[in-house]
Amino acid sequence: METTNTTTPAMTSKDLVTDQEIRWCPGCGDYSILKQVQTVVPELGIPREDIVFISGIGCSSRFPYYMETFGMHSIHGRASAIASGLKATRPELSVWIVSGDGDSLSIGGNHFIHLLRRNFNVNLLLFNNEIYGLTKGQYSPTSEEGKITKSTPMGSIDHPFNPIALALGAEGSFIARSMDRDPVHLKDMLRRSNAHIGTSLLEIYQNCNVFNDGTFELFTEKSSKKEETIFLENNKPLVFGQNLDKGIMLDGFKPIIVSLENGKYSVNDLWVHDESDLTKAGILSRFFERPVDGTGHLPRPFGVFYENNRACYETGLNDQIEFAKQKKGEGSLDALLKGGETWEIK
Amino acid sequence: MTSNNQVLEKVIIKFAGDSGDGMQLTGTQFTNTAAMFGNDLSTFPDFPAEIRAPQGTIPGVSGFQLHFGSVNIFSPGDFCDVLVAMNAAALKANLANLKKGGTVIVNSDGFDPKNLRLANYFDNVSPLTDGSLEAYRIISIDVTKITKAALADSGLGTKEIDRAKNMFVLGFLYWMYNREMSFTIKFLEDKFSKKPEILAANIKVLHAGYNFGETSETAPTRFTINPAPMPSGIYRNIMGNQATAIGLIAASKKSGLDLFLGSYPITPASDILHELARHKNFGVKTFQAEDEIAAICSAIGASFGGKLGITTSSGPGIALKTEAMGLALMLELPLLIINVQRGGPSTGLPTKTEQSDLFQAVYGRNGEAPIPVIAAKSAADCFETVYEACRIALEYMTPVIFLSDGYIANGSEPWRFPNADQLKPIKVEFTTELNSEKFLPYKRNENLSRPWAIPGTKGLEHRIGGLEKQHETGNISYDPENHEFMVKMRAAKVEKVADSIPDQTIDNGTEKGKILVLGWGSTYGAIKGAVIEARAKGIDVSHAHIRHIVPFPKNLGDLLKNYETVLIPEMNTGQLKSIIRDKFLVPAIGLNKIKGMPFATSEILVKIEELV
Repeated sequence: METTNTTTPAMTSKDLVTDQEIRWCPGCGDYSILKQVQTVVPELGIPREDIVFISGIGCSSRFPYYMETFGMHSIHGRASAIASGLKATRPELSVWIVSGDGDSLSIGGNHFIHLLRRNFNVNLLLFNNEIYGLTKGQYSPTSEEGKITKSTPMGSIDHPFNPIALALGAEGSFIARSMDRDPVHLKDMLRRSNAHIGTSLLEIYQNCNVFNDGTFELFTEKSSKKEETIFLENNKPLVFGQNLDKGIMLDGFKPIIVSLENGKYSVNDLWVHDESDLTKAGILSRFFERPVDGTGHLPRPFGVFYENNRACYETGLNDQIEFAKQKKGEGSLDALLKGGETWEIK
Repeated sequence: MTSNNQVLEKVIIKFAGDSGDGMQLTGTQFTNTAAMFGNDLSTFPDFPAEIRAPQGTIPGVSGFQLHFGSVNIFSPGDFCDVLVAMNAAALKANLANLKKGGTVIVNSDGFDPKNLRLANYFDNVSPLTDGSLEAYRIISIDVTKITKAALADSGLGTKEIDRAKNMFVLGFLYWMYNREMSFTIKFLEDKFSKKPEILAANIKVLHAGYNFGETSETAPTRFTINPAPMPSGIYRNIMGNQATAIGLIAASKKSGLDLFLGSYPITPASDILHELARHKNFGVKTFQAEDEIAAICSAIGASFGGKLGITTSSGPGIALKTEAMGLALMLELPLLIINVQRGGPSTGLPTKTEQSDLFQAVYGRNGEAPIPVIAAKSAADCFETVYEACRIALEYMTPVIFLSDGYIANGSEPWRFPNADQLKPIKVEFTTELNSEKFLPYKRNENLSRPWAIPGTKGLEHRIGGLEKQHETGNISYDPENHEFMVKMRAAKVEKVADSIPDQTIDNGTEKGKILVLGWGSTYGAIKGAVIEARAKGIDVSHAHIRHIVPFPKNLGDLLKNYETVLIPEMNTGQLKSIIRDKFLVPAIGLNKIKGMPFATSEILVKIEELV
């Protein structure tokens, strides 16, 4: 685990626990995410009163009730829009959006993409469990084709979203993935999300043990994790496998898996991850096949796919206000009321 | 001067032409000149929904009606005295609204075979020559030809020359109504300061029109309309949407809260967004959201952060905002929702006016969801009414719906504007101290309003949301007793607003009598005019106009019972009428018009006479 060199934080994770009883199902992946957030937030050096958690509707969206900060549990899909208005007017606040796959990718899909393109400096935690939990088990926009649920007894005929690819297409400036079952990695990704100036999208694979148990098992279970996942680190080659014995190379634009064991390839031949490379981030986002027969498919990437630094919406908005004030002077209400042409009646 | 000069009390002119003919500008210039001169006036622009409908066709006709006089003017008027028709389509579209014996000023070039065909005059028979206009006085001028001749040496292209012909008409009307041209000349000088050749051409054509009147003897009579007896003071001309925007900025300044507008473009509300976007030096933030829902939600976010959150739209957009309005009322945050109503349902009649969103405002949400509703009665009244709406929102921590409509949004009238220090202060206090051992976000004050503790306030961290909440703590609660208590509490809070609003007054007439005409919103001018005329005829009729609809003024029920008959004219099928009947068990009668057009004074007068 990465260590932090800060002095004793003024706040501990206990200070972030509320008096509300947590109502998630026992065993839900949300507990782990809450714990990691409550661990990381005190390290950030932000006063508790300057932190706001805003959520929509869904299991994940109960999150603000369990964080002793300012918070709002809003309406389905709209947390991003509410957070936009808050950040536009209170840029000094640390704003966190907590949302799920149904909340952000279905009913709130429009706000999701526009938040990313505008690039408000907020953190969006997307809890993806590939199911509707709170409404008791319908398929979601990230559920796989053929999924049998209460609303799809013959299997889903909807093609799912690839959230990372969607976020790249929406001009996201920070796009990362982690999982509930890897606390160390999740905490690291939370820190990175917070450090990024701009909208940080962190997709978190989260297990719904009631309605979609084990959907991410391949990536989270010890037995398969090393073969099925690849952890991205900036400027490091793409290596994975049980004994770090495999790597990814690019053959033109096509990623291929090579063995590092037979002497043909070494780590020096591999694709080196560059978080600032949009084209390669696009290719990485397509490491998305569902392993069917367990052979030949690419591992699922975790970590930061892409990061770039571009202007935040609220900065531009405030700059325009300042510029207008400098140019025209602070507005005079009397002059505004008077307008242009007036006449007097005696 | 060889012409006769006749003094008139009031005149209604309708300027009509192709949407590219500059009729809105011509009308506005004549309006401002009349205003400067001291006439009272009221205007009503009427333009097509399409930006550039096919040239020469009836759907492409753009109109601007001006009613001005030496007496008080309350509405743009019913039938016009003068119709300016730049082409055959403009004549066809507006002739039915011209008084018998009225004057038509036509550009004869706009009646060539092509224009006649496009305007559906069959067999190319021109109405100018077939005798069908015998009941009217026709002043036919080849405006195109004269404009071309005047600018023959200007070096300008055909297109630029063609664009100047509205100035000819304006100059001619200035002559006809004895008006100075100086205001328009100054306007042109400002507008074309960087294009001297265009400026010179416009001024030349304006003069040409004026001189044409002087020398051609086309119109044997000139008219004088003396200044109107208006309360002394300094005036400006103002349109409703502009008054709304200024009212919002005034409320922002007087409350000390920065203004945040979340909005999505929609006719006829967009001009409020445009106007506010111009005033960034007042700290005004405008956010053009991705949709109507994001527009209101971003405003809720701003309100949560301690700002004056506002969203503007029209009926279809308001429908989309409904769920978020419910959230704002559960959160008990101040928020202003502005509905500039248009013809509905669905997309309906975007550029036409209607008052058919009253039920939507009063009832249109899931659950028991009362929200204060307030309506402006005229263009200038939008200022005071929207200011009042902000006061209620901030003092009672509640969303408020402000209703305007397309008619007053785009219409204009003279406004005796206030000074900033004449405006009532709006008191806002953020809570900074604990109100109990643990902060209670829903502990109420004497207004039943909850504390506004904004993010950044140490020690007052709390969570709010759309789920039912426990009294005082704001924690989620599914307790049946608590739910009923909270539903009643939220309703009681909205009712409490009535403590802070003035009693309903009689606008004109007596506190008791035979007939009361009860109005709300933009029907004010037409009702006012009709009641004045009816009373002049000796009819026992009075006029009251409601600004606060939810909650009503406390005395309204008693007041209504003082009359034998209550007549409610509305541009809908009787929405206020139903509410009044339900609330006060008064057998109110409706007068309803659902044509996308405002009432004519005469329509209301006829109904009053019928009731006698």
